[in-house]
Amino acid sequence: MTSSPPQSLEDRVRSIVAEHRDDRGALLPILHAVMEEMGHVDPAAIPILADELNLSRADVYGVITFYHDFRQTPPGRKTIRICRAEACQAVGAAQLADNARARLGVGFGETTADGAVTLEQVFCLGNCATGPSVQVDGRLYGRVSPEQLDGMLEVGA
Amino acid sequence: MTASGQVATVYVPRDSAARSVGADEVADAVAAQAGRPVRVVRNGSRGMLWLEPLVEVETPAGRIAYGPVAPEDVEGLVAAGILDGATGHPLCLGPTEDIDWLRDQTRVTFARVGVVDPVSAEDYVAHGGLSGLRRALSLSPAQVVAEVTESGLRGRGGAGFPAGIKWKTVLEAGSELKFVCCNADEGDSGTFADRMLMEGDPFTLIEGMTIAAWAVGASEGYIYVRSEYPDAIDTLRAAIGTAYDQGWLGKRVLDSELSFDLFVRVGGGAYICGEETSMLESLEGKRGMVRAKPPIPALEGLFGKPTVVNNVLTLGSVPMILADGPAAYADLGVGRSRGTQVFQLGGNIARGGIVETAFGITLGDLVGRYGGGTRSGRPVRAVQVGGPLGAYLPTSRFDLPMDYEAFAAADAMVGHGGVVVFDDTVDMAGQARFAMEFCAAESCGKCTPCRVGAVRGVEVIDRIVAGVDREKNLKVLGDLCDLMTEGSLCAMGGLTPMPVKSALAHFPDDFATTTTEEGR
Ligand SMILES: Cc1cc2nc3c(=O)[nH]c(=O)nc-3n(C[C@H](O)[C@H](O)[C@H](O)COP(=O)(O)O)c2cc1C
Ligand code: SF4
Ligand code: FES
Ligand code: FES
Repeated sequence: MTSSPPQSLEDRVRSIVAEHRDDRGALLPILHAVMEEMGHVDPAAIPILADELNLSRADVYGVITFYHDFRQTPPGRKTIRICRAEACQAVGAAQLADNARARLGVGFGETTADGAVTLEQVFCLGNCATGPSVQVDGRLYGRVSPEQLDGMLEVGA
Repeated sequence: MTASGQVATVYVPRDSAARSVGADEVADAVAAQAGRPVRVVRNGSRGMLWLEPLVEVETPAGRIAYGPVAPEDVEGLVAAGILDGATGHPLCLGPTEDIDWLRDQTRVTFARVGVVDPVSAEDYVAHGGLSGLRRALSLSPAQVVAEVTESGLRGRGGAGFPAGIKWKTVLEAGSELKFVCCNADEGDSGTFADRMLMEGDPFTLIEGMTIAAWAVGASEGYIYVRSEYPDAIDTLRAAIGTAYDQGWLGKRVLDSELSFDLFVRVGGGAYICGEETSMLESLEGKRGMVRAKPPIPALEGLFGKPTVVNNVLTLGSVPMILADGPAAYADLGVGRSRGTQVFQLGGNIARGGIVETAFGITLGDLVGRYGGGTRSGRPVRAVQVGGPLGAYLPTSRFDLPMDYEAFAAADAMVGHGGVVVFDDTVDMAGQARFAMEFCAAESCGKCTPCRVGAVRGVEVIDRIVAGVDREKNLKVLGDLCDLMTEGSLCAMGGLTPMPVKSALAHFPDDFATTTTEEGR
């Protein structure tokens, strides 16, 4: 992909859609691409997507809200996801979850007021023999100790 | 020290579990500190996850294993001569193939995982890859279906439906357009075998899907991978690209009549999208609302066309079945559970990982002999088998053989083969509550018993534990469970009562309040 001068949201969304023109049932791949490029799905993109894909706005909105992955507000500079499923519960995930909420002062699905960290919960990262598991900006960590989590919550100066 | 000076071949897994505990740093350290030319191969994991990062060095006598290796161990290991296969270092585990945990398994579906370079086409072929597909293409589609049926292969995604029967339905459905869809949503906590196969031997899945396409007359395939698996997604995309380059996918596969295109699609972080009809809706770009059956996907699946939907391990077992013949596979196992199952040991377990073995091994053997008990060193108290919708079992049920029918008879399920261990600090009322909470959070919302029942379930369990109208609320919980079991459209609502009722049945004391005067 070549970079061109800054584009409007509309142009960016339309060009993402164009790349997925040949995909069957393209809405999910398109939404993932929008997330990848912009970090969230701006509500202003909904009518554009609806127009491009010949769907109603309600259809597009319904899909965005059904899936946990698609957020409509920008995430923090760092996203920390803590696994809260059974195998990680068995090795101390609840403590990690409590520590993270207390340290950051936010709940799951929220971003700190300074925009530094978004805290999320996730149910299983496929790392169930080497838990508790935490994902930081897409990178997976296993056997995470409370001290290690403290390090992850530390936001680089 | 015979090989000194030659290029040493060192294996450091690229598996995401290994990476999660430092395999990338170890690989970098090996390359930087070897002091001589080394070839670092990023293989899949052997599945001995408590030993990760596991480093292997190739020697004339086979591969020698070291683990678990921290980046700061590398200098000492190199100094001890491991690049020549020295065995004196305390982290040395001896020849990999002789480690009893691995040696005592029957690796069929996982035969190449950890052995080969996952994205090397040459390695794949050198280790027997494509022989199943070549043989399949020399047979008629109906013959391939017959062999899969004879092998006794049942779906590994949970329900255990015979794969051959599903394929036959799709083969016989008249349609110009048919699909093969691989369910790689693997949402169950405690399961990671799909991920490890996709990361460790992706060509096997591609080959299995291509055989399925030939067998049923499909021209297009989709692998629906959960977004929580970014490494698996990357590895699959790389392998599919290579497969096209090699002529294993696309027009005239291996110069045969078959044309087959394969795509990776990424899920949206919804557990319910592992249910096959929800997955199909999602693949169509819609909300993952479960469809009522009939029509079955085999007849009206993706975009209304006849569609094979199978789990990663089901499709990943097909190449071996075609290569070695159905009898070899059917000879393994017990009763109507034929072949091997890839069990996954997780949670609070000393030696967690992949145990592929014939059906029929007992739960106790898996948790004790392989798993070595808990990681915490405390007594095992409960084991959840088959994911979040599976039963919690006490150690008194460790005699149960891992077999679909035996588990069903014990009000439990084998499911996708995940075994999650808890020590004696677990609060089983809390686990039962979580099962309801999870259902409430992940319900697709289509039917009331599931959507509303799960929310009610959380409240009722809270009341029971708080000692409010205990007897009455226990009855309410029982009725609620029955309603969910009977009245839910799919197994999300239908099976959520299983962990709840099993926790109640086997661990009733945990549901008593601390200040109870009613006793249990
Ligand atoms: C709530 C729910 C979640 C499921 N999740 C998965 C999953 O993650 N992976 C899977 O292969 N099957 C899953 N299944 C089972 C599928 O519906 C389906 O039976 C399976 O993909 C068929 O393939 P198989 O016959 O090869 O097992 C799930 C079922 C339910 C009800
Ligand atoms: S049981 Fe639950 S998940 Fe299944 S269709 Fe009904 S509401 Fe959806
Ligand atoms: S339960 Fe946490 S990684 Fe699977
Ligand atoms: S499944 Fe996640 S919002 Fe319904």
